[in-house]
Amino acid sequence: MSHQSPIIGTSPIRKEGRAKVLGEAQYIDDLSLPGMWFGATVRSAVARGTIRSITFGEEINWDAYCIVRPADIPGENTIVHLTKDHPCLADGMVNHPEEPILLIAHPDKIALLAALKAVHIEYDELPGVFTIEESEAAVENNDAARIIWPGSDAGGTANCFRQYLMYSGTAEETEDGIAAAFEAADFIIEGEYATGAQEQLYIENNGVIAECFRDATGNIESVCVRGSMQCPYYLVHALTLVFNLPEEKCRVIQTETGGAFGGKEDFPSVIGSHAALLAMKCGHPVKITYDRAEDMAATTKRHPSRTRHRTAVSKDGKLLAGTIDFAIDGGAYATLSPVVLSRGTIHAPGPYKWPFIRVRGKAMATNLPPHGAFRGFGAPQSIFGIERHMDKIAKTIGLTPEELRRRNFLTTGDTTATGQLLSDPVDMQHMLTRALNEAGYHEKLARFAESNKGSAIKRGVGFAAFMHGAGFTGSGEARLNSVVYLDALPDGRAQILVSSTEFGQGTQTILCQVGAQALGIAYEDVIFHQPDTKFVPNSGPTVASRTAMIVGKLIERAGKKMLETLRAAGLSEHHSSDEFKACVKSYLAEHGTLRSSVRYEPPTKIFWDDQLYRGDAYPGYAWAVYVAEVAVDLNTYMATVTRFDALQEVGKVIHPVLAKGQIEGGVAQGIGYAIYEKCMWKDGRMMNNQMTNYIMPTSADLPPIHIHFEEVPCIHGPEGAKGIGELPMDGPAPAILNAIENATGIAFNTIPVLPEDIFERLTSLGHPHGGSEDFNLTVDRDTRVEEVTA
Amino acid sequence: MTSITFTINGTTKTIDVPPMKRLLDVLREDLHLTGTKEGCGEGECGACAVLLDGELVNSCLVPALQAEGAKLCTIEGVSTEGRLHPIQQCFLEKGGAQCGICTPGMILATQHLLDKYPNPTMEQIQEGLAGNLCRCTGYMRIFEAVQAAATITDPELAGTSR
Ligand code: FES
Ligand code: FES
Repeated sequence: MSHQSPIIGTSPIRKEGRAKVLGEAQYIDDLSLPGMWFGATVRSAVARGTIRSITFGEEINWDAYCIVRPADIPGENTIVHLTKDHPCLADGMVNHPEEPILLIAHPDKIALLAALKAVHIEYDELPGVFTIEESEAAVENNDAARIIWPGSDAGGTANCFRQYLMYSGTAEETEDGIAAAFEAADFIIEGEYATGAQEQLYIENNGVIAECFRDATGNIESVCVRGSMQCPYYLVHALTLVFNLPEEKCRVIQTETGGAFGGKEDFPSVIGSHAALLAMKCGHPVKITYDRAEDMAATTKRHPSRTRHRTAVSKDGKLLAGTIDFAIDGGAYATLSPVVLSRGTIHAPGPYKWPFIRVRGKAMATNLPPHGAFRGFGAPQSIFGIERHMDKIAKTIGLTPEELRRRNFLTTGDTTATGQLLSDPVDMQHMLTRALNEAGYHEKLARFAESNKGSAIKRGVGFAAFMHGAGFTGSGEARLNSVVYLDALPDGRAQILVSSTEFGQGTQTILCQVGAQALGIAYEDVIFHQPDTKFVPNSGPTVASRTAMIVGKLIERAGKKMLETLRAAGLSEHHSSDEFKACVKSYLAEHGTLRSSVRYEPPTKIFWDDQLYRGDAYPGYAWAVYVAEVAVDLNTYMATVTRFDALQEVGKVIHPVLAKGQIEGGVAQGIGYAIYEKCMWKDGRMMNNQMTNYIMPTSADLPPIHIHFEEVPCIHGPEGAKGIGELPMDGPAPAILNAIENATGIAFNTIPVLPEDIFERLTSLGHPHGGSEDFNLTVDRDTRVEEVTA
Repeated sequence: MTSITFTINGTTKTIDVPPMKRLLDVLREDLHLTGTKEGCGEGECGACAVLLDGELVNSCLVPALQAEGAKLCTIEGVSTEGRLHPIQQCFLEKGGAQCGICTPGMILATQHLLDKYPNPTMEQIQEGLAGNLCRCTGYMRIFEAVQAAATITDPELAGTSR
């Protein structure tokens, strides 16, 4: 390959692909260290209570086991995220089912099972709260017995981890504007929308292997954890506190990771600390891998949510003002909930122009296992609310869903609800036109309206329009202060060193493409260093759709910087890959090493105010319109998606095949979120923690998914690329429920919608089982409409 | 302990194992063939799929005993001397493997499918792979890979599953 042909925008074979198709890729459970023991976790059987006693059954020879208790922790008993409320091991008090209490290790995996059964724990149970509403009620009623989280030095109040109040202008001017708009409005439309928890369901469960090293006097010198994870430096940070060691003594190595989706963002800090504690105590390397049931019951899931909208609208379909109350269920500890809440709050107003808007966000504590990161990170929840609500408004005031959106879309030069000026071109009108055309929307609307008559299969189409911010929210990127290295190797190739991880989304491949293009060399001549904190700098966590855009841009800059050095050393202006290699070799012969190190520089034009919650929330947004076509069978009460079209504007597409795969995979998860995947809870415990009864879509369940891209390069990403990882999770659920309403006339405002929900709504409307009569009632239990008469 | 003899990826082996040990564990622990993965341990995900006498089975549900006298093929037996099988090549080119954890099982399921239906319809592909869960891809790139593999006939590589 010559340097002239572009590499970005082509689809080279993924870097680690060959090892994967050969079955040679080494995931954590495929690895073993000499003398390695196995670890397991003794977990709480109750949701909330104090631990009265722990007894060890006499049938077990406990001398052969290693047991770690809170008192064994050399540093702080905490898993640190934003605050230190989350213990590494429960000490005296438990706050959710499956909370870790003790750790046990043994050389034989099988021997652990009997030991786990032989630990008997007695509790004095305390009352728990299990929903957002119960948690709120405890606060409102001053019910001290049900205040399950007291507040922390990092903010938050009783039962509430964090609150945000976001105004489209100054508080006073916005409140006045809202009051006046609600006075003058032709319609005031309210709605409540709810989403359930969702399991990430990566096919590889969480797992790690830890080692602990001591010096000659027996003091702990360092720890090393390798495993399945997204964010090696998060785990480094957790280990520094648990072991009271400096950063450079806590080494973390990411191994091949079999899916993550956010589920391996914060959780590896827990399992990684646990394994390291066992390794410290037993003096052997220790592996902990969860089985599916433990992984599902005990690890993080997507936050359940509730969004309440109240909107003032004119009769010609202009949004005049709105208030949005967005609440998420954070589970028992704060973990990442404040940040999830932040993204959800900022995305709640959708891609629309609001003269006046107020969004209140709050993350409530409950006695469920802590909820955590999952692709979309709060945005799918609040976008579900606004995109269902827009269809509601349209229906109420007598416009089509399309026309209502067209009259309110944000466009170039507008400001968003946080006051961010959209200076890059935004054309949602065109996006909507194209998406509806690609999907054959108008033709189908007409056709289905006819064919549904007298049919037991009701078909419908619906869509959702949305935007998704790439990168950390607000001042997050400036705080992360990411660094990347690009090394020239003795054989003349270049090597990327970052803590950004591959877990299927294509990190290695796209970063190597960016590096190759910047250096003007072949893709094959750029390689990727395994994320090992002993060698790679902290390029930030692999989350928030930030890798392509933020880390990619850093690699691009590092490439240009290296090229400058080599040009000064004689590399010609239009070099070939071979000339590059030759130049590197002679440079290294003279200087020994060549490393190009680049640090994030916040764009001077980007400003964010954490106090007022205003400013440039994200460096760039991806824009999208997704269209779903559904069939609802009135005999089986099953809703299925029969076709899906996803159009998105993502800057520059770096690798078309990987990008399509990302979007398709996200859409599939979104379809699961909407109509298949339900977490069933009983007193805070997940009851269906098996693949047998938690149903994710199979190859037979999914429709053809058609992916379409628009490219409008963004200056903040390499060659104009923006993030795409989370985007596809946002649109499917509202698009599908809008389509179900189009098909049946029934508005479902809670996901997931399972056959029993459809059955329940149909029968409550007096629908005879298995009938096929026309069915065009508009029934919406959760929405209140006021027609304002002047 | 029972002595069990079977042919695995063309080689005959005799091993002593507890008769009810899961075939999955025999492969991974006793034979160090870690290409076969565990996703659920209850027959739902297909990550542990292997071919047993040409049939696709979930090795987490198969007791070692049942492998007595059988011909087994795992992902390690799909390629020949480092040369990718057309199915593997197509998964690679079409983006059928993302995180890769479902890929070994998915490739064996594809091999089984193409043995049965050399020119499968979309419905046959969807049904044929329905026992293999993939959380990353949404299956579309996998379908493309299967369709592409079906068009390649390579006599040198044909019948490796038998
Ligand atoms: S591990 Fe055997 S089917 Fe999932
Ligand atoms: S590629 Fe990750 S589960 Fe299939």
